[in-house]
Amino acid sequence: MDTPKVPVAIVGPGHIGTDLLVKLQRSDVLDLRYVAGIVESEGLARAREAGVEASAGGVDWLLAQDPLPRIVFEATSAKAHAANAPRYEAAGIRAVDLTPAHLGPMVCPAVNGEDHLDAVNVSMITCGGQATIPMVAAVSRVTPVPYAEIVASISSRSAGPGTRANIDEFTHTTGGAVAEVGGADRGKAIIVLNPVEPPMIMRDTVYAMIGADADRAAITASVHDMVLKVQEYVPGYTLRAEPQFDEPTDEWGGHARVAVFLEVKGNGDHLPPYAGNLDIMTAAAARTGELMARAELGALA
Amino acid sequence: MTKPALRNDVRIIDTTLRDGSHAMAHRFTETQVRDTVRALDAAGIEWIEVSHGDGVGGSSFNYGFSGTDEMTLIAAAREEARTAKIAVLLVPGIGTVDDLKRAHDAGAEMVRVATHCTEADVSPQHFAAARELGMETVGFLMMAHRTDPADLAKQARIMVDAGCECPYVTDSAGALLMHEAKARFEALLDEVGDEALVGYHGHQNLSMGVANSVIAYETGVRSIDGSLCALGAGSGNSPTEVLAAVFDRLGIDAGVDAGLLLDAAEDVVRPYLQRWPKMDRNAVVQGWAGVYSSFLLHAERAGERYKVPAHDILRRCGELGYVGGQEDMIIDVAITLAAERDEA
Repeated sequence: MDTPKVPVAIVGPGHIGTDLLVKLQRSDVLDLRYVAGIVESEGLARAREAGVEASAGGVDWLLAQDPLPRIVFEATSAKAHAANAPRYEAAGIRAVDLTPAHLGPMVCPAVNGEDHLDAVNVSMITCGGQATIPMVAAVSRVTPVPYAEIVASISSRSAGPGTRANIDEFTHTTGGAVAEVGGADRGKAIIVLNPVEPPMIMRDTVYAMIGADADRAAITASVHDMVLKVQEYVPGYTLRAEPQFDEPTDEWGGHARVAVFLEVKGNGDHLPPYAGNLDIMTAAAARTGELMARAELGALA
Repeated sequence: MTKPALRNDVRIIDTTLRDGSHAMAHRFTETQVRDTVRALDAAGIEWIEVSHGDGVGGSSFNYGFSGTDEMTLIAAAREEARTAKIAVLLVPGIGTVDDLKRAHDAGAEMVRVATHCTEADVSPQHFAAARELGMETVGFLMMAHRTDPADLAKQARIMVDAGCECPYVTDSAGALLMHEAKARFEALLDEVGDEALVGYHGHQNLSMGVANSVIAYETGVRSIDGSLCALGAGSGNSPTEVLAAVFDRLGIDAGVDAGLLLDAAEDVVRPYLQRWPKMDRNAVVQGWAGVYSSFLLHAERAGERYKVPAHDILRRCGELGYVGGQEDMIIDVAITLAAERDEA
């Protein structure tokens, strides 16, 4: 017997949208029915090759389909999503937003994926946020974290023109989410682009300020548990080393520090494996959509 | 874009209080800043750069927390300067337009927006904000040894088109030999020389800072960085007092009093130096292997923590092609080297 699936669509058939297409087609709860763009493109052609209805008719075309999708994954731009979001909502369609529009609550599936299952619009934060917030949360669920800081290093080739034109958006959004979703009192985010060839795989470092007498064994165990949880949707998410604890210093206001070093290797679905930053966005979006879909199916059952 | 007017044959921008922040582990006090600004101002220096070594917003676990809030230091510098003006550094990805506005409110009138030499297209947002604030603009193309002269010129073009009045050949690793520096100066001058000044920021890791500054001037570069006592990352910057003496001998008017700069270096800066940047093994390896100079103290600390030689860490950072800002990778490399040692 076929398990029921929830019909979904992708708007924005660029590289992100195409990578997402591969992931959604593997899903056992999501039925990718439509891909919409605004011009004929390689992405639309790939969608058709993959057996998905695809059109350059944009959101107008999408909203004229029957049945309508229940969930739209938007991989366009912040501006386009801001314009499209009210139309989805009016049509009773929920949105998983991969753009920097940030209209709905910020979701990192391993951390708060269950908290916004009925939201009409959820924001996937940023690539660096998806990679690092689970580690901040892994520490903050064990011990208070007055301050956490993340450093995301990505290959130059994986940073698109949108990211480059507004790099402050990454810094602000990610820093805010490290606090709001990660559970630190204050957050800071840093991003570095590295053009080395062959391209470097995404690397992330998470520093969390902790009390001098925080339970280090419990923090380490929590970090390992959280890595497993992220690996459920990003298999290439790994620790480079055990969490590193540094003793309190005056410079840190008498606090100690734990540092977590991560590598995020992409699944190589459409995007190359070094672009773990993009893979973790599409994987997190797919995961979030699945959680929302399961909740819907559960409510129907 | 109008090319900034030169008051003298060449302008020297002193970065003791910014690049020097690395060598001071970002612990400059307000008194040290006031004393240094007074001395530089009296010696005729036109621009004084003040901020965390990694630019505004740099205070962090990754780069080191500021001992005194940089905005306090910028405001103090502004108060002390009679004719000199205050510049700040901003590295997109670390600092933001909000940090820039705070620095401007505190009295900064120039921003130097710094990107890795191939990533200039992350800077237009910050140049636009700076121009809106009415600030003078400089663009740092860091680790300039990591790309060829033609590409460096293209990157300078991106910055100038975005509102940069003076792109710099920024030799963050102190790696550029004289002919390599010259080829980059010529390429930038060819590309943007009609619309903008071109600058040079040197480090002494291979002892080339002053020699390259002379070549820079001869080639047409008109904005040159220095630091008193070379105070800066790695083995430090081209010493401002040496640049002044050399330009004086060459009959080039930099608008500064070399004697007063020697006094400033000897009487003001030397007494507070925790370390006098020098060409020791670690620093030379940085120039040799092309490693970001600011990595030095971090590599020394990680070397001590993980019991591996700092120069091995730095060499590995060079092999892996790490760029400015990736100070976290120093710890990662130290852990890796320690593991390799334990396996051996």
